[in-house]
Amino acid sequence: MLKVRIIPTLLWKNFGLVKGVSFESWRRVGTVLPAIKVYNSRDVDELFLLDISANQDLYDLDYDSINDFSNYCFVPFSVGGGIRSLDQIRKLLRVGADKISLNSVIYENPSLIDEAAKKFGTQCIVGSIDVKLVNGNYVCFSHSGTRLTKSEPVSLARELQDRGVGEILITSIDKDGTMEGYDIDLIKKITENVNVPVIASGGAGNYEHMCSAILDGGASAVAAASIFHFTEQTPMEAKTFLQSKGIPVRLTYKD
Amino acid sequence: MKVQLIDYGMGNLGSVKTAVGLLGFNADIVSMPKSIESADKLILPGVGSFNDAMVELKDHGWIDAIEEHVIVKQKPILGICLGMQLLASHGEEGGTTQGLNLIPGVVKHLRDLGCGERIPHVGWNDTYVKNNSSLFFKIPSGNDFFYVHSYGFIPANSIHVSSVVNYDQEIVASVESNNVFGTQFHPEKSSKAGLQLLKNFLDF
Repeated sequence: MLKVRIIPTLLWKNFGLVKGVSFESWRRVGTVLPAIKVYNSRDVDELFLLDISANQDLYDLDYDSINDFSNYCFVPFSVGGGIRSLDQIRKLLRVGADKISLNSVIYENPSLIDEAAKKFGTQCIVGSIDVKLVNGNYVCFSHSGTRLTKSEPVSLARELQDRGVGEILITSIDKDGTMEGYDIDLIKKITENVNVPVIASGGAGNYEHMCSAILDGGASAVAAASIFHFTEQTPMEAKTFLQSKGIPVRLTYKD
Repeated sequence: MKVQLIDYGMGNLGSVKTAVGLLGFNADIVSMPKSIESADKLILPGVGSFNDAMVELKDHGWIDAIEEHVIVKQKPILGICLGMQLLASHGEEGGTTQGLNLIPGVVKHLRDLGCGERIPHVGWNDTYVKNNSSLFFKIPSGNDFFYVHSYGFIPANSIHVSSVVNYDQEIVASVESNNVFGTQFHPEKSSKAGLQLLKNFLDF
């Protein structure tokens, strides 16, 4: 049976790892490489690395660093942040990324998704959607939550699926970093309207929240950051908890 | 021992190279078919679509080279994910396309195989060993491996199926035929069990 994945998310800004609340008030929480080594040694299901400095500064991506990180990562490694071309995707796959997460380019040049899915396969392209409630309506934001777009998440998710993304990462900016729980309504809206797997993100503060994103929201995977940075809770404990609720999880390698 | 990764512009080569490196072997990424003269083991990685991959392999002269080294010289080859699917006689992704035909069979969309779950099939799934398998030496049946795919390989002869996975339907997880091996899952991303499987291939 396919397992539900628990995915620690690493936000990489300039030289370190950060975590904020609602995409603001960034706090330094360490450096990337030691974090990747720890998560790899704990045999997590998958890792997401999102470079949130890339967009703002318009530098090209730091392939050398990503190469260093992937050298220590023997579980699936997804990379996102500031990716705008097929050439960048090719280079990232070459330095060890397994999946590519696209966000701002979805609004600027959506046909890149079609081209990337055709060239590199639907399975390695993740469509990342950042959403905020504005006057009671869900609206998508680009550029690490700094720019309001005209898109509404459900129709955007459907469009991304049609263009060929293999997964959707749905993040609630309102819930992000609050540790108050995922936006279950938002997650449910997306999972009910697409057939590709959906990764829930933003708001996990305890294992019960993850359980709800999966059972009530219909998510195939849950991403989380603050819960692992700022509390004693771990991905492995989360899995034990989810298993006790009847959710299929991957425990550990049986020798 | 010389391990070579066939680079036709589409693989997640970095991950495979790193995993092979961890097992104590250096894997060279080769983009010229001539280079595989000196290879002892070949790995054909791949993410992308069947049709595009075959076009790239053909355009770069890989098809004859693979035939010579795998069929005539009997060098072991491991196809990973799309790389495994390319071992088939033909695939249906991007229009019906001829494959490398190293293991007879076809590659079809999971939906056409009757799978009613979300596609792609992404994540860790327990994998069961069938028949005699060299790849699964020391790996118990039922271990989780990491999958990301929308198409499945149906070998013409079930003797070539060395493991299966269940995702609404039974899907072929790996194939083996003499010196030809393929895994639908990504051993380079399947933690300890994946590394053991790669080691088994390198030891073959």
